[in-house]
Amino acid sequence: MATIAAAIVADSPRRVTEEGPWVRGLLLAIALGFMALFLWLPVSLVFTEALRKGVGIYLAAITEPDALAAIRLTLLAAAIAVPLNLIFGLTAAWAIARFDFPGKGMLVTLIDLPFAISPVIAGLIYVLMFGAQGWFGPWLAEHDIKIIFAVPGIVLATIFVTFPFIARELIPLMQAQGKDEEEAAILLGASGWQMFWRVSLPNIRWGLLYGVILCTARGLGEFGAVSVVSGHIRGLTNTLPLHVEILYNEYNGVAAFACASLLTLLALVMLAAKTFVQWRIDHPGNRV
Amino acid sequence: MRNRGVLPGFGPALGFSLAYLCLIVLIPLSATFIKAAGLSWQAFWETTTTPRVLASYRLTFGASLLAALINAFFGLVVAWVLVRYRFPGKRMVDALVDLPFALPTAVAGITLASLYAPNGWLGSLLAPYGIKVAYTPLGIVIALIFIGLPFVVRTVEPVLQELEQELEEAAASLGASRWQTFYRVLLPAIMPALITGFTMAFARAIGEYGSVIFIAGNMPMVSEITPVLIVGRLEQYDYAGATAIAVVMMVISFILLLVINLFQAWRARRELRGSV
Repeated sequence: MATIAAAIVADSPRRVTEEGPWVRGLLLAIALGFMALFLWLPVSLVFTEALRKGVGIYLAAITEPDALAAIRLTLLAAAIAVPLNLIFGLTAAWAIARFDFPGKGMLVTLIDLPFAISPVIAGLIYVLMFGAQGWFGPWLAEHDIKIIFAVPGIVLATIFVTFPFIARELIPLMQAQGKDEEEAAILLGASGWQMFWRVSLPNIRWGLLYGVILCTARGLGEFGAVSVVSGHIRGLTNTLPLHVEILYNEYNGVAAFACASLLTLLALVMLAAKTFVQWRIDHPGNRV
Repeated sequence: MRNRGVLPGFGPALGFSLAYLCLIVLIPLSATFIKAAGLSWQAFWETTTTPRVLASYRLTFGASLLAALINAFFGLVVAWVLVRYRFPGKRMVDALVDLPFALPTAVAGITLASLYAPNGWLGSLLAPYGIKVAYTPLGIVIALIFIGLPFVVRTVEPVLQELEQELEEAAASLGASRWQTFYRVLLPAIMPALITGFTMAFARAIGEYGSVIFIAGNMPMVSEITPVLIVGRLEQYDYAGATAIAVVMMVISFILLLVINLFQAWRARRELRGSV
C-alpha cells in the first residue's frame, strides 16, 4: 500500500483539490482492505475449499446425477424467466417511455415492488395461491397439477424475484432517447414491427443486454424464494443453490463448495459481461 | 386511444404489461393481505407480537441498520477512491464491487460461515481474543454488510463523478482546509445519494435470507431473523402465522420504499429549482 501511495505522490505536485499523501494512502488502504476482507477473501475461499481434496473429487462432485439435475433445473428456470421478463420489460418500457397515461408514476413504482419484498415472502405468496391450502389448491389437486413443491413453482418464484430488472434498465434509457427517430420511421411509412426491429431495438440493445445480464445473474442464484416453494426433492426440485445448501448441511463441505464454485464462476462471467456492456454504453462511438 | 401521436402499440404494450404485473406480482401479493385479513385482530396481534417474534424484529432491523451504517461509511470511502484516485487494477476492483449482486446468496452464506467459523481463516484469528462472529448476531451483521455494499458505492459514484472541481477550488482559494472543503462543500452535495444508497442497503438487508441463515446459527431469541421465523412457520404448516408476520414485514418495507421515492422526488425538485 505504501508503494502505491508513494507512486501517487511522485506523480505530480499536490494541487489544492487533492488530499495529502498520507490521507490518500490511508483512504486507499481502507477501501482496498475493506474490499479484500469482504469480497476477495470469500471468493478465494470458495475455490480453495472446492479443490481441497483434489481435482478428481471436485469433478466427481459436480458431475454426480443430483448435481447435474440441479444444474439443469437452475438453467431451465432462468431460461423461462428471463425471456418472459424481457417481453415484459420491452412492453412496459414502450408504454411508459413513449406514451402518457394516468397512473404512470404508480405503475413505475409497482414494477419495483418485488425488490422491496423479502425473497421468503415471494415464495410464501405462491404457496398461498397454489399450495394445498391455497386459493387454487383444491382445484389443482382435482386436476392433478402440481405447482408448489414442483418445477412450475420454482419458475414462478424465479420470475418474481427477477421481475423488475429489464424494465427498470429500459424505462430511463428509452425516456432519455426520446421518440423522434421512431416517429420519423412511422411517418416515412415503416410498419410497427419494422420500426421496432430497425430503429427501437438497435438503439436500446446494450441497455437491454445489461438488463438481461442482471436478470440472469439473479435468476441463476435465487435462493430464498425458490427454497420456500421447492420442497427440496433431490434430483427433481433442487436448484443448484438449494443443492449447495443441502450438501453444506450434511457436512459435505468439499462438494458444497464445488457446486458453489460453479455458481461463483457464473457470477464472475456475469460481472465481466456486465462490465463490457457498461463500457459499450459509456463509449457508444467505438465500433468493435 | 386518439391523440397519442403516431407511434403504434400503446394498447397491446400497456395491456400486456398490466396483465403480467397483476398475474405475477399484484394478485399473489394481495393473497397475503387477504389471508391475513382472515385472522381476527386479536389473533393477528398475538401472532405478531410474541417475545420470540419481537426479538426477531429487533435483530432484523437492528442488524440491518448497523450494517447499512457501516456500508454508508466504507461505501463512501470505496466510491471516493474509485472516482478520485488512480491505482493499478482499478478497473477490476471497480467491477468486483458488484460481486454481491451477482453471487448467489447461498454461496455467500456458506462462504462467510466458513470464513468466520471458529476454525475458519478469520474465525481462528479472532478466537484467541474471545471474539465470536459465526453463529452470533455479529455474523448476521457481517453477512448484511456483504450484500449491501454495492448499493452505497453505486449510488454515490455517479454523484462524485459529476461534482464540479470549481467548487473545491473556490473553497480552497477562500482558505478552507481540505477537511473543511470535504465537510462543508462536498459532503452536503453527496449526502442525498449517500442517504439513498443507505436506505436501499437497509431495505435489502431487512428481507435478506440466503446469506444470513448459514452464519447466523438461527437460535430463537438470539440470532433468529424474521425471514427465518416465517420459513419456520411454513414448515409447521402454520400458514396464517407465517402470513401475519410477513404482512408486518411487508408493510414496513413498503413504507421504506415510499420514503425513498418521496425523498428522491424531493431531491429532483430541489435540483430543478437549483439549476434555474
